[in-house]
This record gives sequence, C-alpha cells and structure tokens, in this order.
Amino acid sequence: MLLTITSSTKPASDLGFLLHKHPARVQEFSLPFGRGHVFYPRASEEQTTAALLVEIDPVSLVRRYGRGSILNDYVNDRPFVASSFMSVAIARVFGSALRGKSDERSDLVDQPMSLTARLAVVASFHGEGALRRLFEPIGYRVTAVAHPLNERFASWGESPYYTLSLEADVPLKELLGHLYVLLPVLDGVKHYWVDESEIDKLLRAGEGWLGAHPERDTIVRRYLKSQRSLTDEALDRLLAEDGSRGEGPTGDGADDGDSPTPLNRLRMSAVVEQLAQAGASRILDVGCGEGRLIGELLKDQSVTHVAGMDVSIAALQRAARRLKLDEMSHRQRDRVSLMQGSLTYRDRRLAGFDAAAVIEVIEHLDPWQLAPFEQVLFGDARPGTVIVTTPNSEYNVEYNRLGDGSHRHLDHRFEWSRAEFSGWAQAICHRHGYRVDLHGIGAEAPGLGSPTQMGVFRADGTTAESR
Amino acid sequence: MTTIEIPELCVVALVGASGSGKSTFAADHFLPTEVLSSDFFRGLVADDENDLAATGDAFDALYTVAGKRLRRGLLTVVDATNVQKPDRRHIVQLARDSDCLAVAIVLDLSEQLCVERNKSRPDRQIPRRAIARQVSNLRQSLRHLRKEGFRYVFTLSSPEEVAAVNLVRQRMWVDRRDDAGPFDIIGDVHGCFNELVALLELLGYSVDRSTLAVTAPDGRKAVFLGDLVDRGPETPNVVRLVKGMVEAGTALCVAGNHENKLVRKLSGRDVQMTHGLPETMAQLALEPDGFADEVLGFLDGLLSHYVFDDGKLVVSHAGLPEAYHGRASGRVRNFALFGETTGETDEFGLPVRYDWASDYRGDAMVVYGHTTVPEAEWVNRTICLDTGCVFGGRLTALRYPEQEIVSVEAAHVYYEPIRPLGNVRDRSDVLDIADVTGKRFVDTSLGGRVTIPEENAAAALEVMSRFAADPHWIIYLPPTMSPAETSSLNGLLEHPAEAFDYYATRGVEKVVCEAKHMGSRAIIVVTRDEATATDRFRAGDGATGAVLTRTGRPFFETPDTTEEVLGEIRTAVDRAGLWDELGTNWLCLDAELMPWNAKAGELVTRHYAPVGAAARAMLAEANAVLAEAATHLDVRDLIERYRRRATAADGFVGAYSNYCWDVSSRSDLRLAPFQLLAGEGRTYFDRDHGWHMATLARLAHDHGLLVATPYLEIDPRDESTRAEAIEWWTSLTADGGEGMVVKPSNPITKDRKGRLVQPGIKCRGSEYLRIIYGIDYDTPETLSSLRGRDLRRKRAMARREFVLGVEALERFVGGDPLYRVHEAVFGVLAIESEPVDPRL
Repeated sequence: MLLTITSSTKPASDLGFLLHKHPARVQEFSLPFGRGHVFYPRASEEQTTAALLVEIDPVSLVRRYGRGSILNDYVNDRPFVASSFMSVAIARVFGSALRGKSDERSDLVDQPMSLTARLAVVASFHGEGALRRLFEPIGYRVTAVAHPLNERFASWGESPYYTLSLEADVPLKELLGHLYVLLPVLDGVKHYWVDESEIDKLLRAGEGWLGAHPERDTIVRRYLKSQRSLTDEALDRLLAEDGSRGEGPTGDGADDGDSPTPLNRLRMSAVVEQLAQAGASRILDVGCGEGRLIGELLKDQSVTHVAGMDVSIAALQRAARRLKLDEMSHRQRDRVSLMQGSLTYRDRRLAGFDAAAVIEVIEHLDPWQLAPFEQVLFGDARPGTVIVTTPNSEYNVEYNRLGDGSHRHLDHRFEWSRAEFSGWAQAICHRHGYRVDLHGIGAEAPGLGSPTQMGVFRADGTTAESR
Repeated sequence: MTTIEIPELCVVALVGASGSGKSTFAADHFLPTEVLSSDFFRGLVADDENDLAATGDAFDALYTVAGKRLRRGLLTVVDATNVQKPDRRHIVQLARDSDCLAVAIVLDLSEQLCVERNKSRPDRQIPRRAIARQVSNLRQSLRHLRKEGFRYVFTLSSPEEVAAVNLVRQRMWVDRRDDAGPFDIIGDVHGCFNELVALLELLGYSVDRSTLAVTAPDGRKAVFLGDLVDRGPETPNVVRLVKGMVEAGTALCVAGNHENKLVRKLSGRDVQMTHGLPETMAQLALEPDGFADEVLGFLDGLLSHYVFDDGKLVVSHAGLPEAYHGRASGRVRNFALFGETTGETDEFGLPVRYDWASDYRGDAMVVYGHTTVPEAEWVNRTICLDTGCVFGGRLTALRYPEQEIVSVEAAHVYYEPIRPLGNVRDRSDVLDIADVTGKRFVDTSLGGRVTIPEENAAAALEVMSRFAADPHWIIYLPPTMSPAETSSLNGLLEHPAEAFDYYATRGVEKVVCEAKHMGSRAIIVVTRDEATATDRFRAGDGATGAVLTRTGRPFFETPDTTEEVLGEIRTAVDRAGLWDELGTNWLCLDAELMPWNAKAGELVTRHYAPVGAAARAMLAEANAVLAEAATHLDVRDLIERYRRRATAADGFVGAYSNYCWDVSSRSDLRLAPFQLLAGEGRTYFDRDHGWHMATLARLAHDHGLLVATPYLEIDPRDESTRAEAIEWWTSLTADGGEGMVVKPSNPITKDRKGRLVQPGIKCRGSEYLRIIYGIDYDTPETLSSLRGRDLRRKRAMARREFVLGVEALERFVGGDPLYRVHEAVFGVLAIESEPVDPRL
C-alpha cells in the first residue's frame, strides 16, 4: 500500500523536518506485519513529496490476520489497500509528526500547510459518496478515481477501490490524525482485535474534529468494529467454491425485511400461547436456532421437557451458551435437551412429544425436502400438536424492497401465499390424520393478510393412511 | 463325567453359598472376560471388594456390562451367590431383555464344606451364620429355578461332581450358519396344494403325486416361510408334503401365526374359529385317525426362524429385525410369527403393522412372508414373498443365492381378502438420521473399512441437509485430488515430472495426461427418459437427472436450466448411440462445467477480480512514484521488486480472466465430461481412461454444450514420451492454463504392494498458481517456504474419498437400498470437511 504526502507551501522542504525523515535518504522501517519504506520522489523548495510504501509479509498476514475464510488468507487485497495496516504504519513511522512533535522546528507543527495526501488504493464499499462524506466535512477537496473490476468484463462493473487524493490547508499532524482514524473506517475491517484501549486511541486521535463530524457515529462504530465471530471452518471450506447462496441462518427467522413491528416477538408469544392452550408438557422445537423459544418455554413450569433440534452445530452451541445449560441446576438441566438433526432424515428421537414447534423453518427447505419432512414429523414422530409458521408472501409488497417477488431472506427457498400454505396444510391433514387451524401473526394488511402465517395442527386420532 | 450342555449364547447364573467354589468353577470353564463377579464390581465402584454398602452400585454396573455383552452376542456368567430369588430375577430379566436364555448352574455343597473353605480364605471371613443362611436359601430355591425362568438348571451336589463336569456349548437351534444352500424359499402356501406342486416342479423338484414324495434337484433345499395351513383347499396335503420333505432333509420350515393357532386348537385350547381355521378343521376331520396328531407334532416343533450361510440369510414368517437374528426369547418368537403392530387399526379394522423393513439396516438378507403384497420387492435387503396365492394372487419363491424370483399364478380365488391387495407404502426411501451421524465405519470393497469421525459427520449433515440435492440423485461425489510432489525446478512449484515419477515408481506403465479445464466440477446423472428417472431413481417432480456440484448441490438455480442442460446431454448420448452400445438407460458422468464464473461468479467478482484490480492500481502508482524517485535516489532494489510484482499481478489477472466469459444464455456454457462413471448394472472403473476419453469425445459437438478433453497417453518411465508430455504441459500453462491431470491408465490401479495408487495427480501451471498461492507466490523467499508443503494428508483424503465414491456407485448399480448409497456419499462429504491446506 502506498501513501504520498505532498507539500506546496514554501519552503516545501519543511516537510522533511516535520516528518523527521531526511529527503536524501531511502529509509526502511520494520513493522509488526512487514516493513515500510520512506523516500522522497520529489524534493524541492516548491514542492516536496514523501512516500510511505508499506509491505506486508504474507506469512505474518496469515498468522496474524487469518481465521476468516481460508481463501482470503493467501489471495487478498490487504497488501495493496490502505487500511488499518497503513494507520499502524503512520503511527510507527511518522509517530512524532502525528503527535505534533518537532525538536528542530516546533514552530511549524501547528502551521497549516498546503498538503495533498494521495492514497494509491483505498476501499469504499459504499461508493465515492462515502469517501466524500468522510473527508469533505473536515475540509478536504476530494478526488476519487474508481477502478473497474476487470477491463475485459465491462458487465462486472466497478471495483470497490479508488485512488484517493485529499487536498487541504491543514497542519501536517491533523492530516495524519485524520488518516489514522479514517483509514480503518473506510473498509470496516481491522486487522487486530479491538479492545477497550482502542477507545482511548480513537478519542485521542479524534480530538478536536471527531465530535462534530456528521458521520461521527458511523466512524466510531466502524472503527471499533470487532472481527466477525468464529466461522465454522469446515463449512467455509465446503461452501467456498459453490458461492454464497444461502449463507443466512437456519430457522429462527432472523431477518424479516424492514418490518417496523417486532415480528419475532409477536410470533414467539403466539406460539407459546398455542402450546399452552394445547396443554403440551413435552415439546420439540424443530429448527431451534439459538434457543429463544426454548428459553420462553422453560419459564412455564407445566412444561416438563423441551428438546431443541437444529442442523447447525454452531447454532446449538450458541443455544447452549445462551441458555446457560452448564450453569443450570440438575433439575432444570433435565428439562432441556439439544440435538443435531435434520428434517429430511427419519429420527427416532423425535417420537414421544406432545407438541412440536416448527417456527420459520419450512421456507428454508428445498421443495423436494417437504415430502421427507412431512413423513418424518407427521408420519413417524406424530406429536399431538404441531405448530408451523412461515412467511405470507402476499404481505411482501408491504416491504418496500420486496415488491419484485424476491424473498425476505437469502436462504428462503420459497415463500407461500395463504392459499398455498393452506393447500399444503390440508393435504398433510388428509394424509396423516390431523386437523389444522390457520392464523395470521402480525398486523393484517387489507387483502394481504398478516406478515406471518401459522398453522396449528392437531392429531385427530385416526390414521387415514395405512402405514 | 457329567456333561453340561449350555447354549452358545446365554446368561449363566452361578448359584451357591460363599465358599462353594463358584469362582474356581467359573475360571475352569469360562474365559476370564466372560465372568462378571460381584466382588470384582464392588472393587471397581468402591475400591474394596468387601464393602457391602457398595453392593447396589456394584450390581448396577455389573448388569450394565452384562447387558452390553449379551447385546453383542457374548455369553456372560454372573458370579454372585444368587441364592435369593430377587437377585435371580434380575438375571432372568437380563436374559429376556437381551433375547437369550438364562441358565442356572447350582453348586449345592454342604454347609460344612463351605465353612471350611471360607476359613482358608486369606482375604475375608464370612460369618458362619451367613453361610448357613445362604445354604438354607439355596435349598429352598432349588425347586423353583425353572419356574423363575431358567431354561436349563444343572445342580452339582458334591466336590467330585463339580470336578467331573464337562461343559459343552451347543449351537442355537436356529443357527444353521454352516448351511449355505442353495435354497428355494417359498412364501405363504395356505393350503394351495396344486400351486405348491406346480411351483416345486417349476423349481426343478419332482413330486410323486401318489406318495407326495419329493425329489430335490441337485443339492437344493426348499425353505418354507410358514402359514402352510388355513384358508386354502388342501391344508392336509400341504402339511403332508412339507413334513415329508423336512423329514427327508430336503426342506426346512419355520412356524407362521396360522401354525401357532392350529397347534393351540389341536392341543385343545379355546381359539377363535376365524381366518380359515374352520376350513382346516373340516379338512382334517376327513383325514385318517392319528393324522391330526402327526400334524400337531410336526407343527409344534417348528422354530421361529433360521440363520443360514454364515449369517448372510435369515428367514422367518413375519420378518425379523437385526437385533433378533439368532436369538431365542418369547419376544423374538412373537415377532417372527406375528410381526409387530403399532396399536392402531386401519379403515378395514385390521391392525396397522410396524414397518420394520424400512428401518432394517442389517447386512443379512431377510426373507419373509405374512404380509400380502402384490409384488415381491426388495426393501433394504428384505423381501416379502407372500404374494397372496390363496387370495387369487401367486405363489412365489426366491432362489438363493441366485436372488431369482419364481412364481406360479393361483388357479382360483380360494378365499376373499378382507383388505384389497395393495402396496404397503414404502418408507425406505426416507433416510434415517442414525444412518449418518456419530462416528461411522463404512465398509468398502475397494479399500476396506473407512472411518468417518463424528465431527466430520456433523459438518456434512449440515451441508447435506441445507444445500444438497434430492439424495436419490446423489449416487457419487468426486474425491479431492492431490497435486504433484513439489518440483525442484527453479521458479516452479509443480511440474509433471514428479507426477510421472510417482506412477513410475509404483510400477504403472501407462498414464493418461488430460488437459485440466478450469471451470467447476459437475457430476451428471442423465436418464434416457422420464420412466427411467422414476423407476430407477425413484425421482418425482419430472426431473430426468441431475447436475450436481462436488458437494452434492444442484449446479443450477432452477430445475428448468438443469433439464435444458440434461436435454442436450441426452441428445448427444442419443446421437452417439451410447445407450444401446452400453446397454443402459442412464449414465453418471464426471465432468467440468465452464466457464468458471458460471458457478463461481460471486467468487470471481467479489474476490479474485477485486484483488487483481487493487493490485494493479496500487502497483502502477508505486512504480510511477519509484520512477520519479529514481532520478535522484538509489531505489534500484525497490524498482526491480515492484516491476516484478506488477508483472505478477498482470499474470494473476490474465490467469483468472482466461477462465471467465460472459454467460448470457445456456449456449455459452461448455461441458467437458472426462469419465463415464456408471450405467445400469455396472460401473466403468474397469475401463481404461483411453476408453473413457475416446467414448466421451463422441459426445462433443461443434458449438454445442459438450466439448472433448485433449489428452495424451504416455509411459511414465520412458524419457521421450515424458518429454513430449512435459512440452505439452508447458504450452498449456504458458498463458495461464490450469495445467493437466495425470492418471494411471486404469482408474483403479494398485502398486506392487497392493496399495491403491492416487486416482489422479494434478500438475498446475505456474501462472494459474497465483490464484491459489497468492499473486507473489513465486518470489524466491515465498517459494522456498512453500516447498515444505506436505501432501500426505491430502493424499490420504483423496484415497479415502475415492474409495467411498466408488463404493457408493457400486452399491447403487448393485441395487442397494438408498441408505447404503447415501452412507458412502455422505462419507465423501464428511471427509472433505477435514481441515487440510486448501491450496493443495
């Protein structure tokens, strides 16, 4: 990655004093992740340019930065893009200038100069506008040149990378301070773990300008953003080649578009109420996700056992942590069990429950999986009551961005209208000896129904089918 | 000498007071591991064999261990005093729970002797009073032991008698493992004498109509599945014939529920005169005196089931779950005769039967009757032969080991069925979670037993459940492929020479070099017509095949695209005349689908392209700045390095761009099949790669979807042909080509030690490797650190995955049930989730 700083304030050679780097030398500095080179492509009284060329040692990158997607470890943009690595390099190589110290020319430290900072490549995933929103409010003239992804494939469009020039009459220490804080914010990825000392660093470097910056909240949030939580490495490897279809969570319906109502909570209470009405004491939560419903159900002492099943081991581990299973008394602990399972496989462990809750799960199944799902749950396990919730696709027009027939969640394989859901439910009742009542959850829109639909199935004691 | 005969599998209770010599007796006649002593378990749970307070826990542990042993089919001896009834009740219960017999061996020695022996024990002293009580308890128990549930009771009353015991283990009655047939297994006859004679004659037996004597064809034996009697017109003659055959040693017969009921009736019990029993009684009334007693004697002696041919074949009337094979208990007999019902009744008022066959996962073939079916069909290695002869259906036999079905039509409807003959719904095509989770061992014909660790299975379950296609189509998943050993040539990480050396040193005389297409792996299953899809793959919803990724996901977003692509492949196979030439109506192909961005579009535009763009922009700026500095500073080293990096970045962009082109419609896709994996009844792993290449080249068509793969066959030991192949590789890779794959000419090849060699080794081009190892990977420092890469794990994975993939296909073409095929492909996916350097 490359940063150049050009001064046009005569005598421009003052820049060398402020940076504490002699213009006639090519200097190399060791950095925690590689090395930095400082040299002056131009050094005259009219104009002096200092260059900071930072190189990342790829091995150290993997060691220090790894843990994400493995592909990222070896082929990635980190060596080229000015990011938090550049911030660290600035602090290490131009530390005195950043802190505003100069033994020889302390008179210059607070002097505004005509400076241009040029960053060979920065990343902005929110376009040129985002760059302007960060730098223009603090007085820079911004020039950003976008780079296409690949000249041979015009249809791929632009890359998220820009060559960025920032011009302003500012003291050098301010320019460096701005870069120090805003470079990590630009691409929102920090190469080191964020801890509390980061807050102090941010406040120190942002003194005098960050408080009044219109994008202050965004800057603070992104600067302090932690790395994403541990990814299931095995899954990563397996899915890497196939692209990213369906990376979303299973079950539990994390995202319901832009709904202003807390639909999750409405859904939860509707389901809990139905289970209570059914008088169920042994309950199976199919697709339990992080165990929110389990937590709710455990509050009811008439519930003797809740079994949560999910296909994702990671989700089950989160559920165990969330429910604090390890800290429960034995009596409480015996009321809960968690198991990995899949609705497309028959499973003896699913027998013997009064009720099963299948909350925002079926829409994550491929159409072919509906038949085994039906056999596994309604045919073999046969709980007395089964509660199924799923989005009502008719309601999607109420979500602005879903008017085009797309789904509420990337991983949804289908979303049903009320008629489609009803048809499916009735067929199940016919084949397996259940009766169903259909309900809506959430505020109803005229002619569209509620955002979520719920089917409450009850076994009617006969089996129409000769199994 | 006293001979004590006990069943091979049973639980033996030693009964005797302290000092009666139980442990000595046990040590003389049983393996140390067969004997579970209460003292030993007291020691285990309390560190003190004499701690009576630990007795409860000690027995809990003892019974748990005993239960595990018995489930695993191991004889177990309980060495405790067992003089009290409640203790013995536990042992009888243990035997019942494990479906085996309980045997009591009583050491009924004098109190005096016990006391004396006890005195000489160094470790502990039991009070004389306690011994007296034990002896008295024992004496009181003696008469009741049989009633308590011990099938065999042996009482030894003197030290001499104890010393003279000769203990013999008897094979179980149902155990006929040493009899491998060949058999003709015959379904429910129900008094249909004429049809039985016709069937026997069709099977090659000759029947003397006057004496009913039957002569079996050479070495064959008939096996009757029970329900010989009731409903039909000639029950007495059927019994007469079968009894004669059994006595002559040309047949075996197991009991059915109708025999059971008839036996009860003939023994004078009060049974309901329904389901064809009145007809039988009326027919018997016309027979000579004493015939009914003969019938009773014969039928009463019939066993519940037989285990034949080293455990590979099990017959019973109503089927038998694996846990009951070779076992003896009321529960086993009950299941064998009556099956199991769910407690529900259907619309005809008949009990709903538990569908044990769908849950069956055993290796043994189970042949049974009892449930009337319109066709004898395999479900998970079980087959029901009751095709309802008496109801006007057919009388059916299965030839073993030929697995050939032979049947004769009924001449009449002899009895009206209560429930119309219809297929019982088969649930066997829904997989069971127990088939895939936990630590698993998959037996393969190619590579022995493959172990799948539990955590890998868990990861695979998630991928399989969330993303995979309908399991009916996933009959194969491809193995990973290892690169060649690291090259020692300057600036190169991989080179074909190492691949040639690998095979040459393992005695391979011919290899094929195939150009490696850079696209995405696609496994294709294509059927000739929809009927084949439905019949052979049990697919619904109109699919005529599948295009899968290497992890079993549908390659295309929509079924329509899949069908269009399959349509083109089908047309190509039609045109080449391969269906008839290969004698199959479906094919499974291994292929590469291009361009790369067709499947990996997001990976390209969100990962590789941005990195390339950032690299080029940054390096261009750096070089400009350095050029300016060079006018007055010495930056030669930096300039040299940054020029090289810029060239590398261009190479990187050039390499990945080569594998991409815009796909606006299906006609922009290209498919390069490189191996014919399987068709009906066989895999093609026994054909050399030259055949695969030549056959598949016939599918290629100008401007069509299918393209041929360029290849070269060489002798890896021969310098001149090696040089030719290396030159070809060099030209393939010069401008970013991915490289080539070197395979032994025979897909399945073993080295001189009999070890499977790698099914393929990839030799990737040096420009292409920038995509894998990083843009700058070929700097001398990076290269030298990469040279330490270790291929062993990758190669072990490749071998295991290959073995499992072949196994999956072999199982599928061999007609194995879905769960068996799924087990193997699931294994491939599970092993693939193992952590290994993804760059290899």
